[in-house]
Amino acid sequence: MHHFLFGIYPYIALSVLIIGSIARYERDPFTWKSSSSQLLRRKQLIMGSILFHVGVLTIFAGHFVGLLTPIWFFDALGISHGAKQILAVVAGGIAGIMALVGGLMLLNRRMNDPRIRKTSSFADIAILVLLLAQLILGLGTIYVSLQHLDGHEMVTFMSWAQGIFTFNPDAASYIEHAAMIFKLHIFLGLTIILVFPFTRLVHMLSVPLRYLTRPGYQIVRSRRQSTTPKRRG
Amino acid sequence: MKVRAQIGMVLNLDKCIGCHTCSVTCKNVWTSRDGVEYAWFNNVETKPGTGYPTDWENQSRWNGGWERTKRGKLQPKQGAKWRILANIFGNPDLPEIDDYYEPFDFDYDHLKSAPEMEAFPTARPRSKITGERMEKIVKGPNWEEILGGEFSKRSEDYNFEGIQKEIYGEYENTFMMYLPRLCEHCLNPTCVASCPSGAIYKREEDGIVLIDQEKCRGWRMCVSGCPYKKIYYNWESGKSEKCTFCYPRIESGNPTVCSETCVGRIRYLGVMLYDADKIEEAANAPETTDLYEAQLDVFLDPKDPEVIAAARADGVPEDWIKSAQESPVWKMAMDWKIAFPLHPEYRTLPMVWYIPPLSPIQNAAAAGQIGVDGDMPDVKSLRIPVKYLANMLTAGDEEPIVTALERMLAMRSYMRSKTVDGVIDEGIAERVGLNKNLIEDMYKIMAIADYEDRFVIPTTHRELAEDVLDLRGGCGFTDTNGCSTGINKGSMFGGSKKAAFTMPKEA
Repeated sequence: MHHFLFGIYPYIALSVLIIGSIARYERDPFTWKSSSSQLLRRKQLIMGSILFHVGVLTIFAGHFVGLLTPIWFFDALGISHGAKQILAVVAGGIAGIMALVGGLMLLNRRMNDPRIRKTSSFADIAILVLLLAQLILGLGTIYVSLQHLDGHEMVTFMSWAQGIFTFNPDAASYIEHAAMIFKLHIFLGLTIILVFPFTRLVHMLSVPLRYLTRPGYQIVRSRRQSTTPKRRG
Repeated sequence: MKVRAQIGMVLNLDKCIGCHTCSVTCKNVWTSRDGVEYAWFNNVETKPGTGYPTDWENQSRWNGGWERTKRGKLQPKQGAKWRILANIFGNPDLPEIDDYYEPFDFDYDHLKSAPEMEAFPTARPRSKITGERMEKIVKGPNWEEILGGEFSKRSEDYNFEGIQKEIYGEYENTFMMYLPRLCEHCLNPTCVASCPSGAIYKREEDGIVLIDQEKCRGWRMCVSGCPYKKIYYNWESGKSEKCTFCYPRIESGNPTVCSETCVGRIRYLGVMLYDADKIEEAANAPETTDLYEAQLDVFLDPKDPEVIAAARADGVPEDWIKSAQESPVWKMAMDWKIAFPLHPEYRTLPMVWYIPPLSPIQNAAAAGQIGVDGDMPDVKSLRIPVKYLANMLTAGDEEPIVTALERMLAMRSYMRSKTVDGVIDEGIAERVGLNKNLIEDMYKIMAIADYEDRFVIPTTHRELAEDVLDLRGGCGFTDTNGCSTGINKGSMFGGSKKAAFTMPKEA
């Protein structure tokens, strides 16, 4: 069971994420959107949404870098495992609280504002609840983490995550003895990855960073084929 | 010089009777769907008033349109690109639906399903968003119709800038006019510029500004970017929508629905050739009062042989050049100078222009103190203050408005003496800088307004865009997924459920 949840389930989740997202983008591009509800109710959205997004993005970047950077890289930089753990706890803790506060504001708005409630789909509410549960679990791990500050347990998670991405069949065994709350946090995280293509989370994949490099401001499209004579000079 | 063509529109406000036929036909065709009940691609406002959405003209509140920075750079008023991206989690300039109005319908079913009661059952309003009863309707798409509401509220109208407005609150001094509004299909649209996804674009062939619904991600920056507030966020589909200038009709040479159904015959459609290379310079004119003239400079004379040659070289089809030469929009904007852009100070170079309305002469004038200039009344004694019209149409510059109103009065005066007295008085024409032929042409196009004079629309050259052989056996208009019938009971990705085809069953 442990091997299935942490050795095989990650591959199922990642496959569904990739194939599902491609399928949705190809088959149903009209549904690919951020689903903003700001028009219907501005109250609590701006503050809640900024806190939530900034917090979550910080955490996401932290997990991404923290888990997938090879440990020798930190060793080479002279950052001790303990120091890395403290950094993760402090930065993650602050961002986690920001995201949690913002997320609770958004959930309150979504559940208690009749306009937002009526226009929410099951997936909209479910994904918000899942993310909040994940945030609470994540913040909960800080308590466990503070019991041992040597950074050893963190390194086992790094080995596991890197093992998954390097197709190491024994990856799951690294975290066999991790505390339950960590296992729950990982399982829920994988589940969020699994349902990703079926929720509004896909808007994350179309972060419009290209806007910054777009030449000029205006866009003109032409239907004329290139057979149109081009002028010289 | 880079020549492009655009179908422009002129609305003759002098003839608008405020019947809302344009709005209703537009609504029936384009926005009778969930999520856009509140959206009117075309709406008619009674002025003075704060309009729909409330106070839309006040850009110090909504930050729509462009601004010229201190260093002389042109950028959206809501911020440069990085600023727009920074606001993506919460857009501080986005109106709330209550700034338009909460869409509602009446509970008509109650009229027939109510149990026996002492009082007659009534159809009460229900919100189209929540379905709940609404105790009081506080706003609608045309809330200030015929000067509805108290003057103190209505007078927050931005066009009163620089006018001692208090006296217009008095009954005997009051004035009103109608302002039908639609997307301006600007030459320098801020909606396009603000769209982080690059989903909004201007068409090269006819200048129509459209939103690619599959590319729109609902970042809602266009809604706040557009100073005319003519982009609407569909709260059901999560995408932005806007006036399409009825492009399927335009492509086949037909006028837009609003123009076709206008009972007052106030709308004109015609081709304008413009120089795409001059747009940025024109939109960045140092003074806002220069913008009207700057936009006139962007337009190219379709009779100039040099322009014709350049247009051909840039791929403008021959019949489009010919239509441009007969364009009623060109005549009104360029030859007669009686049509003006709406709020040029937003720096978007709008392409739906307006002829200012004449109005009755003030009481004071009627009592013998009339300011008469020759045979014609002085336009300054018209009921609608010239400054008010200037604030709306020329960024406050009164001179062009005065000339336009004088020309319209001259046309009336000339035709009156011609048809009533049988005298052709060329002096009237000359006094306003026109001649006999121009005035008679003005009369034919503005007063008689035959269908073929109002709408000079060449068809789109689809043969340049697509290979007919590929279209043969295609599946026509579909809702994504090509010809696939794979999705008929709702999409697993959260798309709306579509009705499945039901086979007739044996009775």
